[in-house]
Amino acid sequence: MKQYRKLVTPYCLWLFVLTIIPMLLIFFYAITAKGTEITTFEFTFDNFLKFFDPIFVSVLIKSLILGIITTLICFIIGYPVAYMIAKCKESTQNILILLITIPTWINLLMRIYAWSNILSNNGLINTFLNYLGFESITMMYTDFAVVIGMVYCFLPFMILPIHTSLTSMDPSLVEASMDLGASRVRSFFKVTFPLSLSGVLTGIIMVFLPAISEFVIPKMLGGGQYSLIGNFIENQFITVGNWHFGSAVSMILAVIVIVMMACLYRIEKRTNIADDDGGRGNEKRKKIS
Amino acid sequence: MKKERKFPKIIIIGLCLIFLYFPLLVMSVFSFNDAKSLSNFKGFSLRWYESLFNNQQLLQAIYVSVSIAILATIIATILGTITAIALSKSKRIIKTAVIQVNNLPIMNPEIVTAISLMIFFSFLKIEKGYLTMLLAHIAFCTPYVITNVYPKVQQLDENLADAAMDLGATPFYTLIKVIIPQIMPGIRAGALLSFTMSFDDFIISYFVSGNGVENISIVVYNMSKRMNPSIYALSTIVLAVIMIVLLLGTFIPYILLKKREGELNEKIS
Repeated sequence: MKQYRKLVTPYCLWLFVLTIIPMLLIFFYAITAKGTEITTFEFTFDNFLKFFDPIFVSVLIKSLILGIITTLICFIIGYPVAYMIAKCKESTQNILILLITIPTWINLLMRIYAWSNILSNNGLINTFLNYLGFESITMMYTDFAVVIGMVYCFLPFMILPIHTSLTSMDPSLVEASMDLGASRVRSFFKVTFPLSLSGVLTGIIMVFLPAISEFVIPKMLGGGQYSLIGNFIENQFITVGNWHFGSAVSMILAVIVIVMMACLYRIEKRTNIADDDGGRGNEKRKKIS
Repeated sequence: MKKERKFPKIIIIGLCLIFLYFPLLVMSVFSFNDAKSLSNFKGFSLRWYESLFNNQQLLQAIYVSVSIAILATIIATILGTITAIALSKSKRIIKTAVIQVNNLPIMNPEIVTAISLMIFFSFLKIEKGYLTMLLAHIAFCTPYVITNVYPKVQQLDENLADAAMDLGATPFYTLIKVIIPQIMPGIRAGALLSFTMSFDDFIISYFVSGNGVENISIVVYNMSKRMNPSIYALSTIVLAVIMIVLLLGTFIPYILLKKREGELNEKIS
């Protein structure tokens, strides 16, 4: 099969032109100021110094907090669901997993659009509340709306890996622990849960990292004023037009995400005992190592 | 010992499914609403479907989304498959380097990839439009094809390909007749993933397109300030198409299998 060795060249060129050069350009813009022509560039580190600006720091912290809240809620809802699905018959399991994946195939914008109409002041929930005689609640353009939108979009990505790790576990381990006298609860916490940790970690990677860089959901459900780090970057590029600062922020975001991902994968590898979820097509952001 | 209580199981899974399907259900129901309101159901009508098919902007967006998804999937799948096959035979340094760089668009936050491509295109003074969108889509789909196909290539039995070539098949013929059929599941998964990702993409398309070239996501985004039930009609159609494809995909193989089993049984008896 050595004959095919040369076929790697086109993709090498492609990667160089459409991945490496664009990333280098971000770096280049981040360490320069003013000008868009090569000859007028001025080197500077001011863009990085702006990070200590309180406005930017608050945006960063808010993104991280929202990401953590979203991940926690996804875990609290997702784990029991994955656990219950793993307890079903195999044919039922396949159907349920399919049902969990279908919503992720519908355009994200459309789903968020539907939520914005459900949550709005004269939307479905408030109409229902008024009908029952309660006052309307303002839900749109609050943290609550943004978190609901994020949990809604990312929940399947928490359920699927946890379900995979739960089903790939040897059921005789739990039986053994119960035979040895452990209660149902105890054998869950001592056997099942530790064995499913690799799935939980994959889930965290697939929820937390996209959540902190998300910009559509906060924009549509949080309103124009709502600013997470993704919106901040978009603002710098589209509205403010400061590509240099925008590039510096993008670089920081990329570094944060890639470092976190590398760390989590390292931990996951260590906890991963039953590793056989390779090649699952529906786990969109899955990385192969 | 085994006291399976069914009740909590049904409730927990049921609640989760209700949460996941509630917005989709609301969309579908209100797409048939006679009024513009999205909270009061005034009666059944198809007027939003009618206005969808008269809306040139939306029709154009559907055309862009579908054509880009198809083209990007075909190109990314071919490019990714060839690369995955070549990669398994490459030198160690090249292999590691390509796989590391290939992971970059997967690991990078989407907005960073989008911005890097936007800067790249404007740096080269390439006018933003259909072509830039297509290039960007191929760029973010191919890595996923490679990650799906490469593990399958590694499991290949090399001797089969070598045998085919010893028996006089050209490398191209071997590729088509021997190698590709064996790694087909990976290719199919990669192609499916590419298509759905490209079809649903917003962030990257939003930054690299321009000059009036819009896909469905961009149109929905621009319309989100105003209420427009035509979008509901469109999502309902998409949902229906996905459901039909899935049902066909799940049940037709099953029915064919049953039929074949029946025929076999008849022949035996």
